[in-house]
Amino acid sequence: MSILKKLMYKARCKSPRIFHLNTGSCNGCDIELVTCLSPRYDVEQIGIHLEGSPRHADILCITGPVTRNTLDAVKSVYAQVCEPKAVVALGSCPASCNVFAGSPVIEGPLAKHIPVDVYVPGCPPHPDAIIKGIVRAARILAERGVPEAAKGHPQK
Amino acid sequence: MNINGLIRFLVFPGLLFAIPAGWFFVWVEHKAVARMQRRIGPPLLQIFWDFVKLLGKRTPSRHGIEANLLRIYPVLSVLSLLGALALLPVFPNADHGFSGDGILLVALLELPSICFILAGFTSRSIYGEIGATREAVLGVANNVVFLLAILTIAVTANTFRLTDLAGPSWNPGHWIGVLGILLCIPAKLRINPFSTSSAEQEIYSGPLTEYAGAALAMWELAHGLEWVALTGLVATLVMPAGGPWWLRVLTFVVVAFLQVLLLSAIGAGTARFTLQRSMRVYWRWAVILAGLAMSSAIYMRFHS
Repeated sequence: MSILKKLMYKARCKSPRIFHLNTGSCNGCDIELVTCLSPRYDVEQIGIHLEGSPRHADILCITGPVTRNTLDAVKSVYAQVCEPKAVVALGSCPASCNVFAGSPVIEGPLAKHIPVDVYVPGCPPHPDAIIKGIVRAARILAERGVPEAAKGHPQK
Repeated sequence: MNINGLIRFLVFPGLLFAIPAGWFFVWVEHKAVARMQRRIGPPLLQIFWDFVKLLGKRTPSRHGIEANLLRIYPVLSVLSLLGALALLPVFPNADHGFSGDGILLVALLELPSICFILAGFTSRSIYGEIGATREAVLGVANNVVFLLAILTIAVTANTFRLTDLAGPSWNPGHWIGVLGILLCIPAKLRINPFSTSSAEQEIYSGPLTEYAGAALAMWELAHGLEWVALTGLVATLVMPAGGPWWLRVLTFVVVAFLQVLLLSAIGAGTARFTLQRSMRVYWRWAVILAGLAMSSAIYMRFHS
């Protein structure tokens, strides 16, 4: 690995910017994600920063079971995040639709529509688990780096 | 261009000094705000890592004149700020500058703000347009005060040559002018409470909504350079004259650093003003102070 690649790898690990997308969540996971920014957990000390625009972000944090109304938004926002990118599914809803499974207005689970890299289970997950998930996603994103690897990701 | 000018542009206080200093000042601001909120805050090299990471992002391809314009604006901002930094009279005895370089400095400091507004409108994003409009409205308001403050200092010293304006003077007009510039810096840097134009929560970072990758990295670099240029301008106006070069460099950095701490405290201690309230601060209060300072400076010049 050349020095430049090593530098880029380190930079990607150290600067994960996240964008938060709610796809019909009950707000439980959203509150836990925002808790990570509070003085008690202070994710800024490991470089995590919540961004306002998906164009500025590296990691997409998705909560909720993907309702029919939000499906287009999920695909559009996923497309707007620039490569290399990673997706973190927060909570049980995006992983399995949780208690909403079987509902006619639910299009989940999330992995049916976009590739998911890290699942953080829980209803809602603990802030520590969310931070661990984001850090792992940052490492996946840094290792991915090249676009070929991103294309090779299983897309269902 | 003489060799002195080139050194000022490329080494100090230009390229080689200003880029790390810009990152450092932005980091100090983040860290100070974090400490005031009882957080630990980002590590020292955070802004550098953010910059490197953004350079490695693959941005969506755009075509046509719009794409070129969006690429040019941040580069133009960075270059104009480096030019402004090169004009700062950190060593007033070594280089005499040229007549009226103060006017050029004001123009170069204003260019990034104009580029920011144009970028918002060029991106054709609704949030970009709202942010650009806010920046334009606020820019007019704070520039009236900023220009009056600079004019007060210039009228007091009876020149626009920066080397003659540098250093403290016993004239109260000089200090009122410096206070006026300090009042405008939060709005020019778009920090709280004057951060409506780049509000992340309300309008998705305003004009920078559509920016990504290297172009966004250049905007962040320009923001760092803005910190150095504006705090540096005040530093050169209040620094004691004379002394060896290293002492001047040290004083320049320390005075700029103290301003960064002060501005961070203001940023951490205030919430975002609405546009109307920000306008009121400048049009109703600051402009009266600046107008009085300006008129008294002119009066004193003709009656002394």
